[in-house]
Amino acid sequence: MLRGHALAAVRGDRRLFAGLEFALDAGELLYVNGPNGSGKTTLLRMICGLVAPAEGAILWHGEDIRAVGDAYRADMAYLGHLPGVKDELSGLENLRINCRLAGRDPSGAELARALGEMGLDGLEDLPAKVLSQGQRRRVGLARLRLSRARLWVLDEPYVALDRAAVELLQAQIRGHLARGGLAVLTTHQQVEMDAGTTRELRLGI
Amino acid sequence: MGATGLLSGTRYVLARDLTLAGRRVTDVLTTLFFFVIVVSLFPLGVGPEAGTLRAIAPGILWVAALLATMLSLGRLFTADHLDGTLEQMLLSPQPLSLIVLGKVAAHWLVTGAPLVLMSPLLGLQFGLSGAPLGVLMLTLLLGTPVLSLIGAMGAALTLGLRGGGALISLLVLPLYVPVLIFGAGAVEAVASGLEADAHLSLLGALLVLALCFGPWVTAAALRISLE
Repeated sequence: MLRGHALAAVRGDRRLFAGLEFALDAGELLYVNGPNGSGKTTLLRMICGLVAPAEGAILWHGEDIRAVGDAYRADMAYLGHLPGVKDELSGLENLRINCRLAGRDPSGAELARALGEMGLDGLEDLPAKVLSQGQRRRVGLARLRLSRARLWVLDEPYVALDRAAVELLQAQIRGHLARGGLAVLTTHQQVEMDAGTTRELRLGI
Repeated sequence: MGATGLLSGTRYVLARDLTLAGRRVTDVLTTLFFFVIVVSLFPLGVGPEAGTLRAIAPGILWVAALLATMLSLGRLFTADHLDGTLEQMLLSPQPLSLIVLGKVAAHWLVTGAPLVLMSPLLGLQFGLSGAPLGVLMLTLLLGTPVLSLIGAMGAALTLGLRGGGALISLLVLPLYVPVLIFGAGAVEAVASGLEADAHLSLLGALLVLALCFGPWVTAAALRISLE
């Protein structure tokens, strides 16, 4: 379903990787792995379509994602280093606008439930600036609970999360894969992932 | 997808940005006070001669409106860029140019519209009255959205650059020249007893042109800036 073909990335004068190939099917997890500066984030941003590959192409259902455009973006959810949470808005308002931008418009009750499931019960109406780093990330992650996207692209999703939240997120990824979803993940933390098929992609060696 | 569906991205972002502006009122007031102060400095510098003031009023009000808009452009995308929400907008299945249109509309409502409302008061201070005052307001009403639309292109192109603030002035101010010429020109024409129709039509044409191409160019510039 998702395939990377002969990918190359260049940052400045440096070639991060070249001739990279990967393929991912329904229910599979791609675990991207490698030292700092090996191009993990660049690869993930490429898979989202934020960065154009220097060579090669990324194919979704056999078509170049840069040609598919909006239809591909409706099928994909990306969580980057930045949580995508506005300080002045409450958790609920943040989640609402994030869902709407992703093409869904859940009811207030659905939004509140998703935040509750992320352990933010009673905090949904507080402005995000009074929340801790980890709580802000939880607000960002709550978006995945309401997402209908087939493909999740998660860049270091475990950063700043406590043990409970890591387990929540893992259960969520497992559920997503069990429903036939796809996920691409990078992490430096030692996290056991026993769901479905896990493929590993090593960069920088 | 109907018209409402297509514009839903615009509507959501517009509503979000207005909420944000409501919670950061100081940002809104800074632009307005800047406009008022710059305009009020001129009588102090030029002297109280009524004829001179009336003659230079349209130009001063228009230049001050340009500078006030400039001042607020930095905020247009920077905050969203820093907290990652801009990334999410780029990855939205909604057309990016329509999301940009929502942001620009919010920017105008928050910075441009108060200038339009404030202008008659400042015009009075310069001895403008009657028809020229009305035309001044009308030109600002037509012209300030163009300033926001053109400014958004510059803000998108300089996003994330060091010294982006100075660069954006160099990039955008030359593009503001036609708006300034026709805006101030219309008021001067009416003040000297001529018709301002031609000036106003040209301002309207600039607005239509900027509405058609501005959001689209800005969207492309954002994609390049975030790569």
